[in-house]
Amino acid sequence: MLSCDAITLSVPGRVLCRDMTFSIEPGQLWAILGANGSGKTTLIHALGGLGPYDRGTVLLNGATLASGDSRRRAREIGVLLQQEDAVFWGSVLDYVLLGRFPHAQSWLGWSSEDEQAARAALAEVGLAEFAPRRYTTLSGGERQRARIAQILAQAPRLFLLDEPLQHLDLRHQGAVLTLFRRLARDQGRAVMMVLHDTLWPGRFCTHALLIHDDGTVRAGAASEVLNRGSLEQLYGCRLQEFVQGAGRYFLPDV
Amino acid sequence: MSRSLPLILALLAAAAASLFAALLFGTFPIAPLQVLDSVFFPVPGVVHDVIWQLRAPRALAAFACGGLLALSGTLLQVLLRNPLADPYILGVSGGASLGALAALTLGAGAAMMNAAALAGALAAIVVVFGLSFRRGDRNVYRILLTGVVLSTGLSALISLMLVIAPQAQVQGMLFWLMGDLSYAGDPSWACLVLVGLTALGIAHSTRLDLLGLGELKAQSLGVGAAQLQLGIFLSAALATVAAVVLGGAIGFVGLLIPHAVRLLGVANHRQLLPLAVLLGGTFLTVADTLARTVLAPQQLPVGVLTALLGVPGMLMLLGRRR
Repeated sequence: MLSCDAITLSVPGRVLCRDMTFSIEPGQLWAILGANGSGKTTLIHALGGLGPYDRGTVLLNGATLASGDSRRRAREIGVLLQQEDAVFWGSVLDYVLLGRFPHAQSWLGWSSEDEQAARAALAEVGLAEFAPRRYTTLSGGERQRARIAQILAQAPRLFLLDEPLQHLDLRHQGAVLTLFRRLARDQGRAVMMVLHDTLWPGRFCTHALLIHDDGTVRAGAASEVLNRGSLEQLYGCRLQEFVQGAGRYFLPDV
Repeated sequence: MSRSLPLILALLAAAAASLFAALLFGTFPIAPLQVLDSVFFPVPGVVHDVIWQLRAPRALAAFACGGLLALSGTLLQVLLRNPLADPYILGVSGGASLGALAALTLGAGAAMMNAAALAGALAAIVVVFGLSFRRGDRNVYRILLTGVVLSTGLSALISLMLVIAPQAQVQGMLFWLMGDLSYAGDPSWACLVLVGLTALGIAHSTRLDLLGLGELKAQSLGVGAAQLQLGIFLSAALATVAAVVLGGAIGFVGLLIPHAVRLLGVANHRQLLPLAVLLGGTFLTVADTLARTVLAPQQLPVGVLTALLGVPGMLMLLGRRR
């Protein structure tokens, strides 16, 4: 679906990661892990066609991201940004409806399909009754769920999620991950998400991409890439490993 | 759409009422029924002439000017993502004022003055555009600061002109600077600009909503942010230039009318744009009718009236508990 061949990312004055090669296929859930400032967000932007990369190629279904119109790209790739530049002053439903822009047929208003999709998306994140509320009255975690509802309404084939679990309580973290796993398994969508918590990737992700501070990258199946040694190297701190059932969990050894 | 339907109907009624009042009131007494007669069953005569050659052009000029300013303010508040943006933030009014004042100093007539104002406004836009849209660099803060810096420089030049101008011309200059619709001329072109830009804005309203959340957000949902920003800049500039040529630098309308509509509970641009245009047009028509009549035969600069009427109204809206 999306393939990256030897791409290099940099910000002014610094190379973040070199020669990254991997491809994301339908049904896969990828975790992007790395220390603060290692380039996770820059990678999400580059893959979503929102930011530049230095070298290499990114192909979406065999075509470069720059080609084709941007609304069509937005029907293929959805990006959940880490933050938005401004607050939204309308209702929660209006906010989620904006996710339908790539599908909108008319400039006169939203169709009933759009509204159905938006309401269904709100129900998925448990915000169905919040539809008429003003977006500004939501708490941080509720806003994050509304943002997730918006990208669900957008219904892309590939979800690029920058810290989808931020501000969420434990129950909603689990619910959101379960939701995206279902979309991957049942509908053949692909998901790539930046995670900070070592609690979740081992249980939900099929693949992982580790971005090290020195710019080297390790990408592969979660079972191969996620272990105590690799994570200790990644975060530069000692970890304790807990094995419980089929899952392996890591906590910093402080 | 249905939620704000009462508001839309109320503002349409208010717009019609304000235009009717503008035709009704003035030095020459005309009865309400005569106004209706003259609008729907025109018969040549003094009443007809007063209404169609004096009051109607002035009323339409006021309405178009108010609508254009409100439209421009709404657009610039999205483009610059700054609630304090107003139509004059890009230096358009400064450039226009300087041009108009220079023409006044040289003893030019109304047509020449409008042409000079147009030239000044366009020059200011070219400077801001050239400095802030270079090399695909579209930092909105750069546009904002460029406009503010340019405006400051221009207002210094305007003060200088006021000081050195002959005493007899200062009165006319002050009227121009405060905003005055006496020399508006034929407003039909401005009405066309207003209708065209409003329709264009409504057609792009979802894009405007998305841009309001940030460039990246808009791009992530398939909006070509670069073209959109350029389009907003040019549309807002055109609207402002048209308004300034009609009525000089009329304050308050462009900054606060969009906020007044937002305070009435409208956030999305599909409704915000047309409602702001209606409210801005209505507001300026009322203000201009009062400017013509309260101290008649003395005419007041309409810019003074917009602030005197608008400030209490705005404070009331702000103080209202939700």
